[in-house]
Amino acid sequence: MKHHLSPEQISGDFYSRRFEQGPDEDTLILNMGPQHPSTHGVLRIILALDGEYIMRAEPVLGYLHRMHEAMAEHRTYLGYLPNMGRVDYLHAVAWNWAYVGAVERLGGIEVPRRAEYIRVITCELNRISSHLLWWGAYLLDLGAFTPIMYAFDDREIILDLLQSVSGSRLTYSFLRPGGVAFDLPDTFLDEVKAFIPHMRARLPMYKALVTDNTILRHRCEEVGDLPLEMCRRYGATGPVVRGSGMAYDVRRAEPYGVYPELEFEIPTENSQDAMGRYLVRMGELEQCLNILEQAVQAIPEGEHLIKGAPKPRWKAPVGETYFAVEGARGKIGVHLVSDGSSTPYRCKLRAPGFSNLSLFAELAEGTLLADAVSILGSLDLVIPEIDR
Amino acid sequence: MRKYIQQLKDLKSLIVGLFITGDNLRKSTVTVHYPRQEVHNLASFRGPIELLPKPKNPTQPRCITCMMCVSTCPSGCITVVKHKAPKPSAEEKQAMAEAEARGEKVAKPKAPKTPKQFLYDYSLCSLCGLCSEVCPVNSIGFSSDVYMVCRRRSELKLDLLARLKAKADREGRTVDEVA
Amino acid sequence: MLDVILSPQFMRIVLAAVAVMAFIAANGLVLVYMERKIAGHIQRRPGPFEVGWHGLLQPIVDAGKLIGKQLFTPDGADGLLYWLAPVVSFVWVLPLFIPIPFGPQLTAFEMDLGIVLILAFSGTNLLALCMAGWGSNNKWSLLGAARAVAQSVAYEIPLLLAILAVAFTSGTLDLSNTVKLQGGWPWQWNIALQPLAFLIYFICALAETNRAPFDLPEAESELTAGFHTEYSGMAFGLFFLAEYANMIVVCAVATALFLGGWQGPVFSGVWWFLAKMYALLFLMIWLRWTYPRVRFDQLLNINWKWLLPLSLANLMLTALLTKVF
Repeated sequence: MKHHLSPEQISGDFYSRRFEQGPDEDTLILNMGPQHPSTHGVLRIILALDGEYIMRAEPVLGYLHRMHEAMAEHRTYLGYLPNMGRVDYLHAVAWNWAYVGAVERLGGIEVPRRAEYIRVITCELNRISSHLLWWGAYLLDLGAFTPIMYAFDDREIILDLLQSVSGSRLTYSFLRPGGVAFDLPDTFLDEVKAFIPHMRARLPMYKALVTDNTILRHRCEEVGDLPLEMCRRYGATGPVVRGSGMAYDVRRAEPYGVYPELEFEIPTENSQDAMGRYLVRMGELEQCLNILEQAVQAIPEGEHLIKGAPKPRWKAPVGETYFAVEGARGKIGVHLVSDGSSTPYRCKLRAPGFSNLSLFAELAEGTLLADAVSILGSLDLVIPEIDR
Repeated sequence: MRKYIQQLKDLKSLIVGLFITGDNLRKSTVTVHYPRQEVHNLASFRGPIELLPKPKNPTQPRCITCMMCVSTCPSGCITVVKHKAPKPSAEEKQAMAEAEARGEKVAKPKAPKTPKQFLYDYSLCSLCGLCSEVCPVNSIGFSSDVYMVCRRRSELKLDLLARLKAKADREGRTVDEVA
Repeated sequence: MLDVILSPQFMRIVLAAVAVMAFIAANGLVLVYMERKIAGHIQRRPGPFEVGWHGLLQPIVDAGKLIGKQLFTPDGADGLLYWLAPVVSFVWVLPLFIPIPFGPQLTAFEMDLGIVLILAFSGTNLLALCMAGWGSNNKWSLLGAARAVAQSVAYEIPLLLAILAVAFTSGTLDLSNTVKLQGGWPWQWNIALQPLAFLIYFICALAETNRAPFDLPEAESELTAGFHTEYSGMAFGLFFLAEYANMIVVCAVATALFLGGWQGPVFSGVWWFLAKMYALLFLMIWLRWTYPRVRFDQLLNINWKWLLPLSLANLMLTALLTKVF
C-alpha cells in the first residue's frame, strides 16, 4: 500500500496541525469539513473524538467570507442595500431593517406609519419563512427527510407573497431609508389574511408529526445543556438565550418601529437544552402569526416612502450610530460610522450567528457526535452571516 | 417504573406520525411540474432589467443617456455608450463658418440623446432596482424572464437595445401601428 | 463426483440460484422505483417522472449510470479489502434465499435448519461493512463501520430469540413446514400467536438491514454516507443492491414465519407470498420517510433494555405455554 502523499499532506492543513496537541492514541482528529451535509453552509469544525465522544471541538470560519464590511466602504448608502439581503438570506428583511434603521438614525430621517407597518408585515413573514426552513433543515440533519418538504410547501406561499410586494423571493432589497421601496399591491393584505389561518392549521400537524415524536424528543431533550451564564459570556442572543430562560427580545428591550403598539409574547423555555430552543422557535411561529394579524388590521393608508428620502448620492451627516433589530437568529446590529461623504466610513455588522457559534466549542465537549449535529442545528446557524 | 410506562405511551406518537405521512401519501402533489405546468405569478417578479420603449416608437428606448443608472448601480453592471455628435460635411462647415462670420448664432450639430449602446452584465446584477428608481425618464423596467439560461458567462452580457428591438419585432409593433 | 453434480437436487439448487439472482435483480429495480416514488408522494412531489412512463425506466437508467462510472481506488485505501467489501456484501446474500418457501413447490432447497442457515449467513453482511469501513482509508467510513458493527451484533440477539419463539410454537426450524402449519386466514397466522415476537423481529430487521430509523452506519447527514462514502459506481451499486436484497430476505422470512407465507384465504400460492412481502417492504419504506434517526447510544439502549428482556420474556412465556398445553 503506497502512499502518494507527502508527510505534510497526510497530517492535515494549517488548522488541523495546530489543533493537534501531539500524538495521542486515544483520540481521532476528524474534520466535519467545509463540505458536510449538516453544517448549514461552509462551516468547518475540527473535532478530537474519543470513540463517539467529542473531547475538543474548534470551529474554523472564513470559508464564506465575502468582505461585506469592506464593500460598505466602497458603496453609497443606498447602493449598499443589496448587500444586506445577501448577508443572511434567510431573514433578509431584518438585515435590511437594521441597516436602514442605522442610516435613518444617522440622518434623522422619519418613516411614515404605513411604511412602518409594511416593514413589520414583511419582516414577520420573512421570520416565519426562516423558522420554517430552520425546522426542515434541522430535521434533515436528524434524519427525517419529509418535514422539510412540508415546510417548504408553506414557505412557497410566503415567498409568493413577498415576491408580489418586492419582486424577489429570497434576497430582498426592499427597505429604503425613509420607508420601503414599493407600496403593497392591492391583493396583498387579503392574501396575508388568508395565509394566517392556513398556517395556524398546519402548526398542529407539525407538532403531531415532529415535536411530539418520541424519537425526536430523545434526540433533543437534555442535549446541549446551555446555562445562562455561558450565554452571557459569549453574547448569545435570540432563541438560543430564550431557550435558556431569559426573555430577551430586541423588540421589547430596545423597541423600534411600531412594535411597541403590537401585542405579542416572548416564548421562553427553561430547559436549556436543544428541545427548549426548538420549542422557542415553534412558539415564535405562532407569535409571528399574532403580530401579522394585528398589523394587517392596523395598517393605515399613507405613503410608503417619505418625501425627501435619501437619493443615491446622499451624504450622511458626520457621526456614528448603532441600530439593532431582532432577527430570526438573534440580535442583528449595524454600527455605522460616517465621515460626511457619500460612502460610509465604517459599517460593522453584528451577526447573531457569530456569537451563537462561539459557544459551540465549549458546549460540545463531552457530547456524542450525533449530539453535536443536534446542537449545531438547534443553534440555527447560517454561515453566510457568520463569515459575512 | 413510571418512566418505562411513559416511554411506552410515547410510542403512540410514532403511530400518529405514520398516519400523517400516510395521509400525505394519498394526497396529490403540490409541486408545479415544469415543463408540463408553469408558474403563473411571474408578473410581479423583478428579473433582468429591460429598456422601456417610447410610447410612440417601440424600438427606441426612453433613455436620454444621463448616466444616472451607470453611476448608481452598486455592481457597475450597466455600460451606456452615447452617440457622438455627427461631423458636419464640408458644405455645412462652410455654411456654419459663413454664418459665424455674419455674427449669427450657430448651433453646432448635437448628438442624439438616445444611447448608441446599452450593455448590461447580468452576471453582476443583484436586482436591487436602484437603476430603475433613479432613472428620471422611467426607461428601465424589470422583465419577468426567469427562464434565462446560458452556457457561457459571456452570454450574460446582454445588449438591451437589441433585446428591445427583438421584443418589438416579436410583438409585431412598428412605428406606424402605435396610436 | 459427477453423480452429485448431475443429481436432481444439485440441479435444482443451481437453477434456484440463477432464479434467485434474477429475482434479486428484478426486485432491486422494483424496490428502487418503489422507494423513490413512495418517498416522492409522501413529500407531495411526483418522484421520478421523466424516464419512461411515470419514471418506470428510472431504475434501469440508474443502473446504467452506476455501471458507467469510473472505478477508482482512493489514495491509501487497502485495495483488497476495499474491492472485496461490496462483493462480499452482495454475494453472501444469495444463499439466504435458498430455504425461503416462495410457494408450495417453490423452495430452492427444503432443509430442516433453514432458519439457522439464514441467521448464520446474515452475519456476513457485518464483515463486508467492516472491510468497507477500514479499507476506505477514511475516518468517516471508519466511524460508520464501527457503528454498524455494534448495531448489527447487538440486534442479532433479539432477532434470534423472536424467531426461536416461533420455532417453539411451530416445533420446527424448517421454513416451509412453518408455512404449512399456518392457515390462510389472519387469525391462523403465527402473528396471532406471537404478536410481540413479530414486533421485535420487525424492529430487529430494520436494524439489521440498516434502514431508518436505525440507519446510522449510512447516516447521510451526519457521516456523509458512512461506510460507503468512498464508493462510487457499481461498487456503490452492489452495496445498494445488497441492502435491498437484505430487506427482501428479512421481509420474506417475516412473511414465512409470521404472516402465513404463501397461504391465503382463497387461491393459495406464490402471489400471496409476494403480496405480503411487498406489504412489509412498503411498511419499511414508509417508516424510513417518517421518522428521524435514533441516536447511537439510544439505539443500543433500545436493544439491551427493551428488546432483549422482552424477547427473553416472550420466549420463556412461550416455552411455558407450549409445555403446559
